[in-house]
Amino acid sequence: MTLREQLREKISAAFYRHGLLCASYPVPIILFTSASILTCCYPLLRLPLPGTGPVEFTTGVRDYSVPSHEPQGDLGERPDWYRGPPVAYIQQVLVKAAVSPWDSSLVTVDVFRSPLGRAFSLLEEIRNHVHSDSLETLCLQVTDLFPGLRRMQSVLPEHGCLLVSPGLHTSATLRDLLFGVPGKYTGVSHYNKKKVVTYTMTLVLSRYDARFLGSLRARLKQLHPSANCSLRDDHMVHVHFKEEIGIAELIPLVTTYIILFAYIYFSTRKIDMVKSKWGLALAAVVTVLSSLLMSVGLCTLFGLTPTLNGGEIFPYLVVVIGLENVLVLTKSVVSTPVDLEVKLRIAQGLSNESWSIMKNMATELCIILIGYFTLVPAIQEFCLFAVVGLVSDFFLQMFFFTTVLSIDIRRMELADLNRRLPAEAGLPPPKPGPLRTREAPPPPRPSPHTITLQTPAFRNLRLPKRLRVVYFLARTRLAQRIIMVGTVIWIGILVYTDPAGIRTYLAAQVSDQSPLGDPGGGGLPPHLGVAPVFRGGDPTSTLGINPAPAPTPIPDNQSQGHHGSSRVGPLPEAPPPSVPQITWGAEDEEGWRRLSFRHWPSLFSYYNITLAKRYISILPVIPVTVHLSPQEAIETRHPQDTKHPPPSIPKVAADIQTDLTLYKVAALGLAAGVLLVLLLFCLYRVLCPRNYGQNGVTHGRRRRGDLPCDDYGYSPPVSEISPLLLRGHSMDIECLASDGMLLASCCLAGQIRVWDAQTGDCLTVIPNHGLRRSSSSGCWEQRDGWESVSGAAETECLGSEAHGSSISGDGLSEGEGYPLRRRTAPSRPTLFTDQPDLTPLIDTNFADQPPSHLCTPPREGFDFGGLVERAYMEHEPPSPSAYPSPSSASSSPPSGAQLQRRPSLGDSSAFLTQDRASTAGTQATADWESSVWAMELRGNLIAAGRSSGKLELWDAVEGSLRCINEDGVSGITALAFLNNRIVAARLNGSLDFFTVEINKPLGLLQYRGAPGRGSMPPSPCYSSEDVISCQLTRSVQCAHQKPITVLRAAAGRVVAGSQDHTVRVYRLEDSCCLFTLQGHSGGITAIYIDQTMVLASGGQDGAICLWDVLTGSRVSHVYGHRGDVTSLVCTTSCVISSGLDDLICIWDRSTGIKLYSIQQEVGCGASLGVISESLLVTGGQGCVSFWDLNFGDLLQTVYLGQSSDGQGVRQLLVLDNAAIICDFGSELSLVYVPSVLEKLD
Amino acid sequence: SLGLSIYLSVQGGVVGVVTTNLLIRGALLFSVGVFLALVLNLLQVQRNVTLFPPDVISSIFSSAWWVPPCCGTASAMIGLLYPCIDSHLGEPHKFKREWSSVMRCVAVFVGINHASAKVDFANNVQLSLTLAALSVGLWWTFDRSRSGFGLGVSIALLATLATQLLVYNGVFQYTSPDFLYIRSWLPCIFFAGVITMGNIGRQLALYEYKFIQEKTHQD
Repeated sequence: MTLREQLREKISAAFYRHGLLCASYPVPIILFTSASILTCCYPLLRLPLPGTGPVEFTTGVRDYSVPSHEPQGDLGERPDWYRGPPVAYIQQVLVKAAVSPWDSSLVTVDVFRSPLGRAFSLLEEIRNHVHSDSLETLCLQVTDLFPGLRRMQSVLPEHGCLLVSPGLHTSATLRDLLFGVPGKYTGVSHYNKKKVVTYTMTLVLSRYDARFLGSLRARLKQLHPSANCSLRDDHMVHVHFKEEIGIAELIPLVTTYIILFAYIYFSTRKIDMVKSKWGLALAAVVTVLSSLLMSVGLCTLFGLTPTLNGGEIFPYLVVVIGLENVLVLTKSVVSTPVDLEVKLRIAQGLSNESWSIMKNMATELCIILIGYFTLVPAIQEFCLFAVVGLVSDFFLQMFFFTTVLSIDIRRMELADLNRRLPAEAGLPPPKPGPLRTREAPPPPRPSPHTITLQTPAFRNLRLPKRLRVVYFLARTRLAQRIIMVGTVIWIGILVYTDPAGIRTYLAAQVSDQSPLGDPGGGGLPPHLGVAPVFRGGDPTSTLGINPAPAPTPIPDNQSQGHHGSSRVGPLPEAPPPSVPQITWGAEDEEGWRRLSFRHWPSLFSYYNITLAKRYISILPVIPVTVHLSPQEAIETRHPQDTKHPPPSIPKVAADIQTDLTLYKVAALGLAAGVLLVLLLFCLYRVLCPRNYGQNGVTHGRRRRGDLPCDDYGYSPPVSEISPLLLRGHSMDIECLASDGMLLASCCLAGQIRVWDAQTGDCLTVIPNHGLRRSSSSGCWEQRDGWESVSGAAETECLGSEAHGSSISGDGLSEGEGYPLRRRTAPSRPTLFTDQPDLTPLIDTNFADQPPSHLCTPPREGFDFGGLVERAYMEHEPPSPSAYPSPSSASSSPPSGAQLQRRPSLGDSSAFLTQDRASTAGTQATADWESSVWAMELRGNLIAAGRSSGKLELWDAVEGSLRCINEDGVSGITALAFLNNRIVAARLNGSLDFFTVEINKPLGLLQYRGAPGRGSMPPSPCYSSEDVISCQLTRSVQCAHQKPITVLRAAAGRVVAGSQDHTVRVYRLEDSCCLFTLQGHSGGITAIYIDQTMVLASGGQDGAICLWDVLTGSRVSHVYGHRGDVTSLVCTTSCVISSGLDDLICIWDRSTGIKLYSIQQEVGCGASLGVISESLLVTGGQGCVSFWDLNFGDLLQTVYLGQSSDGQGVRQLLVLDNAAIICDFGSELSLVYVPSVLEKLD
Repeated sequence: SLGLSIYLSVQGGVVGVVTTNLLIRGALLFSVGVFLALVLNLLQVQRNVTLFPPDVISSIFSSAWWVPPCCGTASAMIGLLYPCIDSHLGEPHKFKREWSSVMRCVAVFVGINHASAKVDFANNVQLSLTLAALSVGLWWTFDRSRSGFGLGVSIALLATLATQLLVYNGVFQYTSPDFLYIRSWLPCIFFAGVITMGNIGRQLALYEYKFIQEKTHQD
């Protein structure tokens, strides 16, 4: 065990040092690695390139002798396949025939009918040629055709010499084979202007007899002399064919490759939290591939030639070597603390995973070594490659990939640095002094409508050119696109060059289109397709090994007659040239080259002879020129030729006809192109992440500031996962508001605290006990003692340890240091002093309380009896005998209506009774008696709506009350604060629109930040000198029939949802009601609206509606929850809702289909927030969880405190800097978005 | 293609929440099974390991029409059975639950088939032993659960028996049987196939796990 530990330590230390090395000298190491890869791959150059194309070798004819089987030392550049006799010698007789002189009386069929007819006499000549041997002894004797080719029996010889010559009745593919010339060169077509027919007769010989062939050549030349023919006849070409891969073998191969790609895709998808996902994925793939190449190269270097089919075993090798280590490395490095130096991070990450990497490697090596002892040569070779590949892969991982990773991490830190820079640079110099005044505007935040641009110099400073290029590449996804296009092109090339692939098919198609193959379309009489050339001749005999019946040149009278009648018919063409020119050129020399390279293999395969890994020798062609007289042409005419004269097509039309094939090919190409584009598109869709369109990009960039470099779909880690606890509130936090920079919270005790959302410092405390700045004296006054006593009481009743020890309970005065003086206010009746203040016990947050309890009768609500009893008991001692309990009936029965924890919104009257009238009469006096029901924070102003109906504006930094409006009496249930307008929803269903006016001493309105492009002015800036007034501009008295439960404002709209099942949309400027949206069958409980005018509402019926704000129409309507919908958030692609059933459902925004749902812990269903397009955060019991929105994977859970079984997270607020405020009991938690990567292995 | 279907199965796992997923999972597994059966059969037919009657050989992919559906059904059953047994035994499978691992498993499975069809071994015992070792290695690398092993062995035995019966009744035959009527490596292949399909099925079920929860909650 100790040995193991020691080993482990040592390995870890070694990896640590290695990581330091790699991260310190990235460039030299990458250069070194590349050099070693190239060195190891150098031997690969000597290996033949894979491919199935045939290879040629040319020798002279004169000194030709059959090569021996033994390898003969060094014979120049003689290829190693050129050993032993060939499979066959191919002797082609190239015939060019024409009817000459051309007679205008001839029909077009005559161009090729009689010339082809001459093939038979030539065939006879060849067949009967005897020198010393007859042809029968020399030629390749074939037997049966391959079974399944019965239909070719009629045209291909069987049981005898393989001698192929053309006939008329041929299908397209066979025609090339028989003619021995590509279709378009044959001239067998109606529109052959040259009127010369070209074809070959192919003689396949098994032995080479120079004398026989020479005499045959001489004989044919003598019979049919070719004038001006200067074909060279001194070279014979040996063609070697590779092994072919048929479709049947291709399918498994393709399958393995598909699996391989899927494996690579699923593996590299896991790379996360790095600067360039694709870059690292590419590096990972390069690592594996080059390790394989190195392995092959090294094996070759040491004399082992690969015999396995490389393409076949390659996927398996990749899978065996695997990408796992690379991923493990990445994860390990990424999950190291970000505040470390890059070097140290790499080193730590490496050393953390060193043991498992070594262990895995050892295991794999063992397994492969076991495989080596199977003693099966193929498996041994595979194992050898795998071992060398594994070792070189390890080497590359350690040097290449680690270095690339370090570069990537460094880049990410640079980007992080860049992003933070403007925030700090934009800050004014911090003012000295403990009181952090916020007179200066907060640093400009990139809001969607105000985009602050840095000065060009600053931008240049921030982004070096090199980085900008990289960012550009990253932003435009250039690399991805190039890779994708490359892949598609590669696939296309593969398909095209595949022997059985598109090319031959296309060629076949083209030749099919030509008139001969298409008798109907081409205008050839249909009977020609099957009719023998010679009347009465048997179609099977035309090409058979048995000599065809001698051509009967005797003209048929009938045909003559018909011919005569045809003469009067219109002739399709203008008088042709009298003598068709037969010319011989260099292109005729090796006419077989123009044939498909599958020509010979397919010919031989018909007789079950394979040419794979063998060669044939092609002898120089014998040119034959045949001139026929018109008379002969007419004599060989078929009787039906003239019966069906070809349709008289005008010349232009004929041209069009000819071109039609071209058009068809073009159309085919076009279709292929479209298909390719579609394929590309599909690939793009498949490979690219969702929401990767314009919307997502702008959104992402908006959130992450103005750096162009950071629009990947994730947020880089900002710090370790350490929730920042904001303590200070004595009771449960009820309201939370934030504008990104500041955070205001209000607890049940009525205390408002303002925090710095970046650092978590408490900036201001606005206590609720009569501390106010008197306008006259400026000293702190204390409220009446009633409240302080009750404050103490409530502190105790919540479990404070000091039972009666000190009246000045620490709960409220904590951290403030203000002296508390007890003063009995004469205005207050003493009757009330003996009653504990139960106000803080009343939870009045209507928006966030699950209102389903409304349905339950009030009696069965929460039992607060015990709590209240305790409060009473502890309150008793100060005046034990004064009031036995005279007011118990009126004010606090243990389960009275007032003490309902979740009071019904409907019975507001009972609720309002406890809003005691404020005794303070001055204008700038806060109303301490009523509790804060709603709070909003914009700029430096906190707007607080109280249960007494008062609206207060506080300065968030100074903690002073700036303005109060007492126009309404009904409690404010919800507030919306946008620009300089405040909208307050009251319990009685009315909506009040307030305007905040800032009267500067100079009379200027100063706006924060530069004026943006957006339509909306940014929030105004207030300074302490300004006089802020809050005027009620309009009050919509009966905005709703029932209490308004939700109020949201964005994009110049105010949306109010009410218990009366409707949602109303108001315009902010003129408080005009635009729409009343009906569609819910229950009270509205949640509303979401954002700058893009997306409006979603959820109700007590569990339904979620999406609305079009511009038209007021309902876009979609889904039922998602068993109880109320408690909160709603939309992203660009989906809608996230949570309900009383503690489910969080994610819906597709466009289709309204539920993608998936997440089960939450009981009571935590309502708290959720979206950090980025793909990151969802939800609250749980004492923790928050991060989810991947795209797949619904739980990424990480962050516990907020030591006691994880604490209270549930009730509210969750996502700030702009991607921090989260959780309402966690009486504490707030500031959780920066952690690195959301967890190690799976 | 398999890659696409696997990808779709990921997508399907997400989308398929709306309609209950068992059918979709079954269909996916079925198609994967059919596809693999076609491809692997092609490998075997190429090497003339199995012989089908001549009239069937001309049919699609030169394999009898009933083979792919049978394999598909079997793989669907296996793929659904594995997660089911896991949940019944109460030991959820936690080992390497990633798609990349599943793909690796499939690749190794195809590789084993490839080896059985293409590599020339000295004798059948060697071939069978090698393949058995490979299959067990496959289980150890990608599964490592006792239930997986047990199910794999039992299904492999059953399938071997069924094949024996089929060959005995002359439905098809092996060119060189060395284990009664069949090849002795057949159980190994079956075992590896069961492990592979179980792996896929478990992964599919994993995607569904969260969604099923909600269903039970609602009912």
